[in-house]
Amino acid sequence: MHELSVSSAVVDTALRHASGRRVTVVTVRIGHLRQVVPDSLAFYFELVARETLCEGARLEQVLVPARLRCGGCAREWDPEDALFRCTCGAPGEVVAGNELEVESIEVEEAACTA
Amino acid sequence: MHRVKVRVVEDALDANNTIARANRDDFDRHDVAVVNLMSAPGAGKTALLERVLGELGDVRAGVLEGDVEGSYDADRLASLHVPVTQLNTGNGFGGECHLDANMVRSALPALPLADIDLLIIENVGNLVCPAEFRVGEDARVMVCSVTEGEDKPLKYPLMFRACELVVINKIDLLPHLDFDVDRLLHNLDAVHPGVESMLVSARTGEGVDAFREWLASLPARVPA
Repeated sequence: MHELSVSSAVVDTALRHASGRRVTVVTVRIGHLRQVVPDSLAFYFELVARETLCEGARLEQVLVPARLRCGGCAREWDPEDALFRCTCGAPGEVVAGNELEVESIEVEEAACTA
Repeated sequence: MHRVKVRVVEDALDANNTIARANRDDFDRHDVAVVNLMSAPGAGKTALLERVLGELGDVRAGVLEGDVEGSYDADRLASLHVPVTQLNTGNGFGGECHLDANMVRSALPALPLADIDLLIIENVGNLVCPAEFRVGEDARVMVCSVTEGEDKPLKYPLMFRACELVVINKIDLLPHLDFDVDRLLHNLDAVHPGVESMLVSARTGEGVDAFREWLASLPARVPA
């Protein structure tokens, strides 16, 4: 269900930037911490894109691993098993993994005939 | 026909966040503090509100009740003599599983903002999607109940990290369960270090005073 709302947001963003042109590729950057399942996102994207200028577009997903940095000792780690507290006891700050971003789109344009 | 690449680099939720900020501006203009109350279905959001809404002292509260269908929760709260506005999400793809900023915006004309100090937005019961969508709130609170298992923060870190307060409900059931409260608190701290939590029973009223005071003092804590 989460992927449905995320894919709707992705399609809306792509359409806004497409300015009426047909979209052939949508590239998104998805951080690990957003708990998005790539196959599920692809499934819903295809569904949500139907009857819009994104219909049939390919969704390219760039998956960004999570990375935390300790506010105390500056250690960096991957919060596998959702551990957001450093071994030194201080909370970690998210350096990477929160992305939910439309990076680029590819659109069709009529060839210049001049 | 040829293809060109267009650089976008935009958070997919930017459009939602822009509307959320507009909602927030409207709430601020009316000096209304706003809580986004989230949980899994059946954790006891409405039961908790039934416990606290009638006794908030000078703070005048209102509720925006989000549900996929029906007005069951709103009907329950109406007897407390606080203004309750129903917002159904049933028009979406089988009914949206969360409230977003635009849905809340559509409900603004129906909200008595001039007559309240505190608006509680009871989100649709769901441990994932509501965490993604800001609606213009000042604070996000989640309710989790001891019948849900100690591992929930580890399974739904997105939600447990999205809130400023976690209210742990149904503690009256602890004698009948194999639930380990310390384990839950440990897991909660692992995914959201230092987050505030409270142990309550909406059924017996145990611990509910702390939540009531937290809510009643929110309008004073929120910068105008």
